Amino acid sequence: MRGILKLAFKLLVNDKAKFTALLFGITFAVFLMMFVTSMLIGVLNHASATVINIGSTMWVMDPAVQTVANSVGIPDYLLDAVRSMQGVKYAVPLYSGGGLVKLPDGTYQSVNVIGLDDTSLVGRPELIEGKIKDIYAESAFVAVHDAEYAKLQNPKIGSQLELNDHRAVIVGIARVTTSGLYGTPTLYTTYERAVQFLPNPRYTITYVLVEPKSAADVRKIKQQVAALGYLALTKEEFMQRTADFFIYQTGGGTNMLIMTTISFIVGLSISGQTFYTFILENLERFGALKAIGTKSRDLVGMILFQATFTAFTGYGLGVGLSSLLIWLARLRLPSYAAMVTYANLALGFAMVVVIAAISSYVGIRRVLQIEPFDIFRG
Amino acid sequence: MPNVAINAKGLVKWFGEGDAKTSALKDVELETYFGEMVYIVGPSGSGKTTLLSVLSGILKPNSGSVLVENVDIWSLSADDLADFRLNKIGFVFQDFHLFPRLNTAENVAIPLILKKKDWDESIHEASNYLEIVGLKGRAELPPVKLSGGEQQRVAIARAMVSKPDILIMDEPTASLDGDTGNAILNFVHKNILNADRCIVVVTHDSRIYEFATRILHMEDGRLTGIEKSTA
Repeated sequence: MRGILKLAFKLLVNDKAKFTALLFGITFAVFLMMFVTSMLIGVLNHASATVINIGSTMWVMDPAVQTVANSVGIPDYLLDAVRSMQGVKYAVPLYSGGGLVKLPDGTYQSVNVIGLDDTSLVGRPELIEGKIKDIYAESAFVAVHDAEYAKLQNPKIGSQLELNDHRAVIVGIARVTTSGLYGTPTLYTTYERAVQFLPNPRYTITYVLVEPKSAADVRKIKQQVAALGYLALTKEEFMQRTADFFIYQTGGGTNMLIMTTISFIVGLSISGQTFYTFILENLERFGALKAIGTKSRDLVGMILFQATFTAFTGYGLGVGLSSLLIWLARLRLPSYAAMVTYANLALGFAMVVVIAAISSYVGIRRVLQIEPFDIFRG
Repeated sequence: MPNVAINAKGLVKWFGEGDAKTSALKDVELETYFGEMVYIVGPSGSGKTTLLSVLSGILKPNSGSVLVENVDIWSLSADDLADFRLNKIGFVFQDFHLFPRLNTAENVAIPLILKKKDWDESIHEASNYLEIVGLKGRAELPPVKLSGGEQQRVAIARAMVSKPDILIMDEPTASLDGDTGNAILNFVHKNILNADRCIVVVTHDSRIYEFATRILHMEDGRLTGIEKSTA
């Protein structure tokens, strides 16, 4: 470490009260912001669970669909129409709907039922018990072993449930990438069985899953589907559509964005104010350094280093603290909807960079204004 | 004939504009020499501190020139002037201006650190200077644990550690009792002053006049006379 930076470091950390206040301000702001955005990202991720778990490249749906859970049936002819479109490698139907299961003890539990294309089983989950071919057996269902699994009273292979007055037999236990948002267990079966077991409106296909021949065909497929009055979205676009609904239509996302802004303002206020006080208290000494022969750029370097060091240390502590709390929460609630991602890490980092930049700008301005002559005048 | 350390000519400095304009230096001419300890004395507001600041490259005069070892310091760029102060001049401020969050050795080492010298080497050298000023064993203490006289010695050590040709002392006894002030100036006179160094002291304190080579009297922005000369 260059001597001048070590000098700046010692001036900063040896003032323990100020340094602690600075760290506290930034840590608290980062913690708050990370926590709030992690919650938002977690909720949005869980809201798109079906899209993530099925994993299809493209989804064809009714334009009224706002989230993957808010399904609207589409006519059977659309499946044939999509299959005949240019650029489509294959297209299969998907059923996604809700049902009520009667458990062995006589209680009822609502479930999410996914009906996969009978021929291809496109979008099937990864089995951890059982064999996938058993899904073709009579009344066969695969239960997803996620955070909600216990609500089905932990069924084993061979366990029987009652779904809408039909006998349902568990033939496999699967795992998926993401649990759903609404706290309901998920059962997978074939499309035909899902339609057979559950009460249906006029149209039974919920989505048509499409695999384009190449990435370049995506645009072409979207245009052809749109010409029929329907909507084709890529997996990412569908997730974004679901996220937009939660952010802008429910108020939840807006509230979290407001909380994030407040955490930024709180962090900036505490850190900026404390750093400015730190500079003011050391102003005469900075003036003395100037008189002795410190160049302005060295003083600027010292202040930037102090602000940056504090900001990054606070960032690390804030990220660590929020991650620890999320981890502790997950120990109690496995489906706890909070996720630390590169996006909110980057957002938190950008926030501390702005806090460091504003704090140091104010400090630098003050230090550069001081005249060494003032030190002589006392 | 001793070598000229500082040659100042026609120094004029004023503050403010219009009705608020105050003249601090009025056509001041001054020469100081290596090997001498020059005192600038006079009443408050006479311009002593302004003169000291102009001579040491801290405050730019409105007109006039200051030659230090034949270099016109006010023609230097800001960076060169900072380097000049760092390499040629040692400052002892009235209130010491020591860093309370650094220990004594670190305070003394500051000029060496600013010269980009290695940290450990700087601290080692600073500790040697603390020994010279009689503060052996105090290197690890923070300045607040030292007495006023000891803090003044730390300030002197800091001013001397970069081996400057010119030492500037602003009211060096103002924060000290009579005996301590006397002892400090006696120390400076005996141990710091030498044939290759010029010391300029601004003071009100007549009890330390005995250590001066020359005492220049200043009043109303002008050097009005020499009160004592042993040169």
